[in-house]
Amino acid sequence: MIRRLVPALALGAALLAAPPAPAAVGDPAERLRDPALEARAQAIGRELRCLVCQNQSIEDSDAPLARDLRRIVREQVAAGQSNAEVMRFVHDRYGDFVLLRPRLTAATALLWATPALALGGGALLILAMRRRQAAEAALAAPELSEAERARLRAAERDGERAA
Amino acid sequence: MSARLPEGMERGGGTAPPEAPPRNPWRRRALLLAPLGLAAAAGLGFLGMLRGLRTGDYDPRGVPSALIGRPVPDFVLPPLEGSGRPGLAAADLRAPGRPVLVNFFASWCLPCVVEHPMLMRLSRQGVPVHGVSYKDRPADSLAFLRRHGNPYDRLGVDEPGRVAIEWGLYGVPETYLLDREGIIRWRWAGPLTEEVLRHDLEPLLRRHA
Repeated sequence: MIRRLVPALALGAALLAAPPAPAAVGDPAERLRDPALEARAQAIGRELRCLVCQNQSIEDSDAPLARDLRRIVREQVAAGQSNAEVMRFVHDRYGDFVLLRPRLTAATALLWATPALALGGGALLILAMRRRQAAEAALAAPELSEAERARLRAAERDGERAA
Repeated sequence: MSARLPEGMERGGGTAPPEAPPRNPWRRRALLLAPLGLAAAAGLGFLGMLRGLRTGDYDPRGVPSALIGRPVPDFVLPPLEGSGRPGLAAADLRAPGRPVLVNFFASWCLPCVVEHPMLMRLSRQGVPVHGVSYKDRPADSLAFLRRHGNPYDRLGVDEPGRVAIEWGLYGVPETYLLDREGIIRWRWAGPLTEEVLRHDLEPLLRRHA
């Protein structure tokens, strides 16, 4: 069990630690010359959904609209806008849908809470089951009373003497 | 402590094992039925989704416009040379005094051909329709309008597609309805059809007239 668990955990940790694959899409000519700015632009672009293909970020998509948005992100980053300002520019025009990581609002609260709810519900279920098992075990094997323990000790002593 | 002792001794006395707590039969039944109920609810929800997909009420790929309830964004677009129509700018759409439509189209877009008769009809009915030619060569747009008719009062050319992004456009055709104050009230992504006109656009035009 442990022997199988360790490599699985190691693999999981490695996958979590691995950097995301760099975007292969896009003309190198459209990248910013400053690597720090380009890295920021890519970080922003990976947060933005391509509205044409929808399951890709604009960094990963080669749709013309994604290309246009990539260019806008780079223009604004080069012009000194902060990441939040660039995100707001796109969000103002395309709404929540363009954000690959949905914001926490009344409408998305359930979405964000689902993992916690599932985990909490599971934990409660396990707790209840263990409690019941413990109660049943206690019923099946009631603890010995002082008098019974004394009898047991006496019986053991007798047994030893007989042996 | 000492007061609880007799009770503890009594429990420890254990000659006869205490009886298991009585189970509520209703609780058992409810636990048994809960997954069934859940599955039934999920099934109903799924059926509703399928129905919505068929009737068009539910579109999982539909992107709601972020501009609803807002005035048109700032922009100026040059006219399409040879169309005989002036260009289009935000200034033309601020407080137009009556509801107007702004339609993004391209000659390379097949659904635009499909919806074109609807735009012609609306224009004939006296609804002001303005057009934006999106990512299209001007000569191609011109040929498209010569062939299918020109429903547009004003016509801007957005060859780079930058103004379209100000509008939150994500494909062509898209049609926006502005009220008399120039506030965007409705956006349709996809071709206008007889159905869309009857169910959505015409009631809105009446309401904002």
